[in-house]
Amino acid sequence: MTTDAVRQLRADLARFGYLADEGLATAIHLAVRLRRPLLLEGEAGAGKTEVAKTLARLSGAKLLRLQCYEGIDVSQAVYEWDYARQLLHLKAAETSGAEAVVAAEDELFSERFLVRRPLLQALDNRDGPPPVLLIDEIDRADDEFEAFLLEILSDFAVTVPELGTFAADVPPHVILTSNRTRDLHDALKRRCLYHWVDHPSLDREVAIVRLRVPEASERLARRVAAAVEGLRGLDLYKPPGVAETIDWARALAELGEQELVHIDIEHTLGWVLKYREDIERAKAAGLDSLFRVADDDV
Amino acid sequence: MYDGADRLAVVFARRLRAEEMAVPTGSVVLFVSALSELDPVDRDSLYWAGRAVLVKRPEDIDTFDRVFRSVWLHQPPAARLAATAAAETVGDYPEPETEDDAVQPSRAPTTVVRYSRVEVLRSKDFGEYTAADFADAQRLMAVLRATAALRRSRRRRPAKRGRHSQPDIRTTVRRALRTGGEPIRRAWYAPTLQPRRLVLLCDVSGSMAPYSRALLRFMHAAVVGRRRVEAFTMGTRLTRLTRELLSRDPDQALRRAGAVVPDWSGGTRLGLTLRDYNDAWGMQGMSRGAVVVILSDGWERGDPAVIADQMARLSRVAHKVVWVNPLKASPGYAPLARGMAAALPYIDEFTEGHNLNALDDLLGVIS
Repeated sequence: MTTDAVRQLRADLARFGYLADEGLATAIHLAVRLRRPLLLEGEAGAGKTEVAKTLARLSGAKLLRLQCYEGIDVSQAVYEWDYARQLLHLKAAETSGAEAVVAAEDELFSERFLVRRPLLQALDNRDGPPPVLLIDEIDRADDEFEAFLLEILSDFAVTVPELGTFAADVPPHVILTSNRTRDLHDALKRRCLYHWVDHPSLDREVAIVRLRVPEASERLARRVAAAVEGLRGLDLYKPPGVAETIDWARALAELGEQELVHIDIEHTLGWVLKYREDIERAKAAGLDSLFRVADDDV
Repeated sequence: MYDGADRLAVVFARRLRAEEMAVPTGSVVLFVSALSELDPVDRDSLYWAGRAVLVKRPEDIDTFDRVFRSVWLHQPPAARLAATAAAETVGDYPEPETEDDAVQPSRAPTTVVRYSRVEVLRSKDFGEYTAADFADAQRLMAVLRATAALRRSRRRRPAKRGRHSQPDIRTTVRRALRTGGEPIRRAWYAPTLQPRRLVLLCDVSGSMAPYSRALLRFMHAAVVGRRRVEAFTMGTRLTRLTRELLSRDPDQALRRAGAVVPDWSGGTRLGLTLRDYNDAWGMQGMSRGAVVVILSDGWERGDPAVIADQMARLSRVAHKVVWVNPLKASPGYAPLARGMAAALPYIDEFTEGHNLNALDDLLGVIS
C-alpha cells in the first residue's frame, strides 16, 4: 500500500523512462512538496544523475547542471562579468566622445554584461515552471564551496554586489549527488532530504532494460539482468551498475542478439566489467555459472 | 494525519538519538511536515519518509531500521543489546599492570615534562610504555603536525609574474576599466598548493597490541592536527575512525574509538580488510593522489597473494604508500612475515614506528 501521490509519481517517472522504487519515489515526492534539496548517494552508475534529468522532463522544466570539481568558485557557479564585451563597449564609446564614455561606464555593470552561471540561472528563473538544479558530485568541490552552497540552499537567494540580490520567487528543485569520496558537512546534510540509491532488484532491472532499450527482446533483457546480478555476486572490484546493464543490453541488441549465449558474454564482457582483474575473476568463476542463474530464472 | 503525530515523531527522534544517531530538531520538524504530505500515512510511507528525512548516511540505515521496528512496530530491540555488550567488553582498554603504575609520579597535577624524561620517552619503545608514559607521550604527540606532501590545486591566488603564473584576464580587464580601457596594470594568478589527503590505516590485531595503543594516539593527533586526514583500524574488519577521533579531547576521542572498534587485539585479516578499504573508500576517491600510511607488522594468517593484489591496487591510485612497521627497529629484523614480504614491492617508503622519534621521522617521510 502506498500513498496515492507517491504511486502517481512513480507512474509519471516511469512514463519518462525512470523506474524508481518506493523509497526513492517517496524521497522525491517529499523533496518537491517540502521544497527541500534532495541529496542522493550511491555507487557510480546507480542512476543518481538520471533522477534530475527525468524530473526535469517530467515537470517540463529546464535542467540546470552544475558539475562540481575541486577549486570551483563563484565565477563558475554563480556569475561572471563578460569582460571582453565590457572593454569593447568602452572602446566603442571612446570614439564618440567624452560624454559617451561616462554613459558607457554607467552601463558596464548592468545585466547586459552579466554571464549567468547555473546557480544564478536557477534562482533567477522568470518563466516556466521552477527549474531542476542538478549539483553533481558535490563531494569533489572543496569545503569552502560547500559552505557557500549551504547559504544559497537555505535562502534561495544570491547577491551580485553591483546589481543587488537575486531571490527565487519559487525555489528550484535541487538534486545533489555525491560519490562519498569524503563526508559532506552535517550542516549541508541537515538542509537536505537523503536517499541512498541501491542496485535494483532483478525484476525491476529487467523492467529498466526493457524501458531504456526497447530494441532488446524480453528474453535478452532477462538474461542480461540475471547475468549482471550473477556478476554482482562475484565479489568484484567494481560490481556493474544499472548504467552498465543498459549499455550491455544495448550493445548486444545492436549486434542483433536475441539472447545471451556463452560466446557473446566473453566478447562483450568489457561492457560491464572495467577492470582486468574483474574480467579474469568472472572467467575463473565460470561464465556458465552466470548462466545457471540466468536459466533458473528465464 | 492522526493526532499526536508530532509527539510520536519526537519520541522516535529521541530513541534514534539514544542509539547515537544525530537527529537535529529541524529534521524532526521536517519529519512531521513530511507526514502531513503523505496522506494517508501507512507503514511503508512512514518508513520511507523517515529514511528520507532523518537518515543522512548509509551507516545509519541499520540503526534506523531497528529503532523503527521497535517504536512503530513494537518489536523488542534484542539484537542491539547483544551487540553493545560485546563491543563494550572488547572495546575497553585494559590498563597494562606494571610495577611502575604503583609509583605514578606523573599522575600528580604536574604538567611539566622534564627535558631528560622527554628524551628518554622519545626513544623508548612503545611496547615498554607504562600508563604514566602514555600520559606524557600524549602531550608530545599533540605537537606533532602531519603535513602531507603538497599538490597543485585548481584553486588560484593572485601572484606576481613568474614561472607558474598565468595572466588573470578578469582582474586585468577590471583594472583596465578604471583607466579607460587600457590594460596598464596587468594581473597574474598562480595555482595554490594544497596538502594531499593523508589516510592512516592502523593494524589493531593481537600481534600489534603493544603498539596499537600508542599509534591510535598518534592517529588522533594527526586527525585533529589538520584537515583532510582519514583514519581507519584494521583487525578482523575495517573500521573508520575519522569521526570518532575528531574530538579534541584525546581521552574522549579514544573512548569513542574504543567503543566502535569491535576487534581490538583480535585476529588479523590484513589482506581482506585492505580489500574492504579499497572497495568501500580507496577506489571511490579517498586514495587518489593521497599519501596512504599503513601501520602494521605485516603479520597475516590468510593468503599473502590477497595482500599483494590489494597493495598493487592501492599503489596504482595513491601518490605515495608508506608502511610503518614497529618491528623494523628490532636488531636483525628482516621482512619475513608473509604479508610484509608480499606488500614490499608496492611500498614507496618503509619505516619504523616503535617510538616517538620514529613517528617524528615518519612525519618527515610523509611530507
